[in-house]
Amino acid sequence: MNKEEALISYVLRLGDNALVLGQRLIEIVANGPELEEELANANIALDYLGQARMFYSYAGELEGNGRGEDDFAFLRDEHEFKNFLLVEQPNGNFADTIARQVLFDVFYRLQLEALILCSDERLAEIAAKSVKEIRYHLRHSKQWLIRLGDGTEESYQRITKSVQEFWRYTGEMLSGDELDIAVKKEWNGPDLKLLKDEWQKEVALVLNEATISLPEEQWMADGGKQGHHTEHFGYVIAEMQHMQRAYPGASW
Amino acid sequence: MADKNWPLYEVFIRSRSGLSHKHAGSVHAADDQMAIDHARDVYTRRNEGVSIWVVKSSEIIASDPAESSALFEPAADKIYRHPTFYEIPDGVENL
Repeated sequence: MNKEEALISYVLRLGDNALVLGQRLIEIVANGPELEEELANANIALDYLGQARMFYSYAGELEGNGRGEDDFAFLRDEHEFKNFLLVEQPNGNFADTIARQVLFDVFYRLQLEALILCSDERLAEIAAKSVKEIRYHLRHSKQWLIRLGDGTEESYQRITKSVQEFWRYTGEMLSGDELDIAVKKEWNGPDLKLLKDEWQKEVALVLNEATISLPEEQWMADGGKQGHHTEHFGYVIAEMQHMQRAYPGASW
Repeated sequence: MADKNWPLYEVFIRSRSGLSHKHAGSVHAADDQMAIDHARDVYTRRNEGVSIWVVKSSEIIASDPAESSALFEPAADKIYRHPTFYEIPDGVENL
């Protein structure tokens, strides 16, 4: 893989994470527990969609053979998406959604902060724009994590279970593969070893504040970054891609 | 949450060009911090604000509508209290 190909794959991976998590949150639009939470969720979902569009458009430009954001989102198959397994996990209950948000967004914010310093100007600009949104997401989701963990007996039980269940999907975010290494070397990309330390510190801090004990070291699932997804993923993209597959080229 | 509504907060937004916070509406929230976040999500979606105040609706002390004639009508016939007898120089913006 040469330098340019590495950048394209990496930008697509960023787009995939944002798109799939955005799509997941869109599934629960109109199900919010309160009107205000409903709007918060929809705002957050749209932020991810906006970010996915920026990443995909840029990947299309880099690739230079005419593919655009819609092609990447709607016309690729399951194995071509390289998002983390974590972001494709079902919304579950409200605690599950919040736990998934915190575990992912702590990583994503660190990743974007590192990308602001990368040597590709466009990617650095997209990261700088996106990181402001993610900081707000974290403000929202961390507060909920603390509120639920340090709340009632039932909310504590539920959020603890959610964190435990998603923990096994955090491994692949934090361990670099060939692509992460290539982007670090060629483009001054994020150093995942440093990111992992910071992620662990920050997550431990917020879990502690939420009175949730840190999950023990355990077997970690991986494969998302290589396109091997969990059984949930097919349904996510089937719903997302249905219109374009049924009516190719449809637009409004 | 199931058996109890969250308290109501009144939201005041200072707009980009505004000098003071103006009442924008209200939100429900479980605590003060959440009220700020909800106000942000509900009332500043279209770039309206640069600052938010929230205050519990129950903390607001309001005038009694039944007393409005005693409170406000005496001012109605005192036109000399309005600064309409002065020439306002050009270029005064915030009067």
